Amino acid sequence: MSYKQRIAERAARTVSTGMTINLGIGLPTLIPCYLDQEVQLLIHSENGVLGAGKAATQENAHPMQIDAGGGYITVNKGASFFDSATSFAIVRGGRLDIAFLGALEVSEKGDLANWIIPGKFAPGIGGGMELAQKARKLIVVTSHCTKKGQSKLIPECTLPVTAKKCVDMIITELAVFEIKNDELFLLEIARESSLDEITEKTAARFRIRGKEIPEF
Amino acid sequence: MLPLNADNKMNKLTSYTEAISLIKSEQSIMVGGFGNPGTPMTLIEGLLKSGVRNLTIIKNEANEPGIGISRLVEKGIVRKLIISHLGLNSRVIEMMNNKQVEIEFHPQGILAEKIRSGGAGLLGIITDIGVDTIIADTRKVVDFYGQKAILEKSIRADVALIHAAAADTLGNLCYTKTAFNFNPLMAQAADLVIAETFEVLEPGGIDPDHVHTPCVFVDHVVHVENNPRLYGVLAHHVL
Repeated sequence: MSYKQRIAERAARTVSTGMTINLGIGLPTLIPCYLDQEVQLLIHSENGVLGAGKAATQENAHPMQIDAGGGYITVNKGASFFDSATSFAIVRGGRLDIAFLGALEVSEKGDLANWIIPGKFAPGIGGGMELAQKARKLIVVTSHCTKKGQSKLIPECTLPVTAKKCVDMIITELAVFEIKNDELFLLEIARESSLDEITEKTAARFRIRGKEIPEF
Repeated sequence: MLPLNADNKMNKLTSYTEAISLIKSEQSIMVGGFGNPGTPMTLIEGLLKSGVRNLTIIKNEANEPGIGISRLVEKGIVRKLIISHLGLNSRVIEMMNNKQVEIEFHPQGILAEKIRSGGAGLLGIITDIGVDTIIADTRKVVDFYGQKAILEKSIRADVALIHAAAADTLGNLCYTKTAFNFNPLMAQAADLVIAETFEVLEPGGIDPDHVHTPCVFVDHVVHVENNPRLYGVLAHHVL
């Protein structure tokens, strides 16, 4: 199992029946593959669909039916289509129980940076700011470190932020963290990892509740 | 075949050539679509061949290299893009970096609201989206009853190019699946609204309950062929 699959598998366990969720582009789109068969939820996509289903195949792809990343999708019974103003009324109006987004940096107080590296990477804003600022719960799913091996969890963001104090939970291939009242808590450790490794690879300050840290 | 009569408000069915001839250089043009669905590909083809230039295009994204409005940008006839993101278009990102096209980014739902409010005859909207970010540096930040907020100006355009699933000859429109996106918002926010569609019906052909854009907003309806080269499934987006 790749590190991305490992993260998606853990992230899938944060979702329960009845929720409305949004999946950011990239790693978050792997989450539905790991959902329990019995979990019934509504997947929102920014381009104007609630009730998105599995990815479409060559046989059933419809040219007018995609998700926000451009992939052709199926829709589940009870799905609806709507315009972009309605789509973002769902987002900004607080109707999303969880949004899953990737990250370039997360600060220990829950600031998220994921939209721009000035001078290097500026593909635009998309729905990210609104999702980060307004989802009822924001879960960041990301590799623990950058490709250069630097911690993505840091005391203060160095990049321009997407939104401040917006992240509620961070799931990496090594650990699960929670941010409560501007403080970062280590909740779970991957069975392949250790507290020593997490301490070494996490630049942000974090606390631990209790003595035993559960594995995932 | 239904009769063409562009000057008759009770019959807005217009020829492709005549509709395209109404669009001029230097104009601001809203273009519906989010990815391929809802992008008026045939009207864009017309613009490409019409010789217009120095356009300002307002759209959610710039499609993908070689597709939709990307072709207008690549041809160098777009001066400025007012847009939400370019995530799927490395070619336009490169042109932005080389300063070959000016880009103005907005959060996606804020872009939608700027257009919606423009169409609704409002001057702007008040939002807290982005107040703690660098986008606030280039926007009007105000104290709104004790809360930090951004005043976002409404957007209207000279022209809106719309793709509808079906239209009647009065100009009533309906949309399908994820091809709604910005189309109904833009159809209300421009001085000249041209809608392309695969299916033109007589008045009454769309059930009044299912009209998404009332005909009063629409100036011209253009019947286009569902050409698989322009509107087909993009193989690289199927798993």
